[in-house]
Amino acid sequence: MAKKVTVIEEILSKNDRVAMVNRAQLDNAGLFGLNLMASPGAGKTSVIMATIHALGDEHRIAYIDGDLASSIDVDKVAELGVPSVQINTGGQCHLDAFMMQGALPQLSLTELDLLVVENVGNLVCPSGFRLGVHRNVLIASVPEGDDKPYKYPAMYLGVDVMLLNKMDVIDAFDFDIDYFRRGVEILNPGLAFLPVSCKTGEGLDKWLAWVRSEISTYNEAAGVGYEPR
Amino acid sequence: MHELPIAQNILQIALRHAGDAKRITRINLVIGDLSAVIGESVQFYWDIIGKGTIAEGATLHFEWIQACFHCKDCENEFEPDGRKFECPQCGSGHVNLVAGREFQLESIEVE
Repeated sequence: MAKKVTVIEEILSKNDRVAMVNRAQLDNAGLFGLNLMASPGAGKTSVIMATIHALGDEHRIAYIDGDLASSIDVDKVAELGVPSVQINTGGQCHLDAFMMQGALPQLSLTELDLLVVENVGNLVCPSGFRLGVHRNVLIASVPEGDDKPYKYPAMYLGVDVMLLNKMDVIDAFDFDIDYFRRGVEILNPGLAFLPVSCKTGEGLDKWLAWVRSEISTYNEAAGVGYEPR
Repeated sequence: MHELPIAQNILQIALRHAGDAKRITRINLVIGDLSAVIGESVQFYWDIIGKGTIAEGATLHFEWIQACFHCKDCENEFEPDGRKFECPQCGSGHVNLVAGREFQLESIEVE
């Protein structure tokens, strides 16, 4: 006789559990973690390098990069004197909590203040896999087009701040920033929205202020009260 | 999306709940549109990874949940048309996403 067994379990619950273990490791070390997600070419590495240039003297920063192949990004960032770990996913389109777990022992967590994780360039898959950081950052860029919130809505749901990069070229594109923002605002009401250009430096002061304020809030809260990310 | 790890997770969860069953015959999944999962692709991996387990040959049943918004101004519930999220009835942007993010294994059927 067939029998029905009720399960009701999130399909990725195992990843979520490992993400919580990673989070605990960061919290034990008092280390604030960011997960940067974006399409390929949106400017994740440029934002990270600008952040390290500006905050490297105030905070001890480390970097984890996920890419299908190569160590191009890690080579660039390591030149700035920041401890850097490369994860090559070997074809997998996103980082997951298990890969993050493998990368953490390669860093001296207690000697750091800010961990920046650069996810695989992809607007679909990274949104489904928690890593165990504290905040998710989404970087969109003008050349991608203003319809991305409508085409890739899941990515906009679980993020805590968003940058719109490459503002220096907005006049060359038919990018309706109001249409873009309306989509973002409906999916994620009140989301901090920061137009920037890594090329000209426009708007980066607001991003840096956000990072500074998040680190100081985290230190005051001692890691308490953060959503799973 | 990333259907191999999804299929592997489904198998692990199902085996954990199967108790002393001889066979798992059916797995019921509830998946929201926004999860961006391709059913055929999960099925493809499922047919491979299930081999040699008590879940071999089990039917994967997908209950797909459409993305749905609720309008806070006129109470209308609607599916987004892919170009905008505003309420098609009153034009309001005060809308909440109420369905479409589901990603659960709901139940299994065993013998």
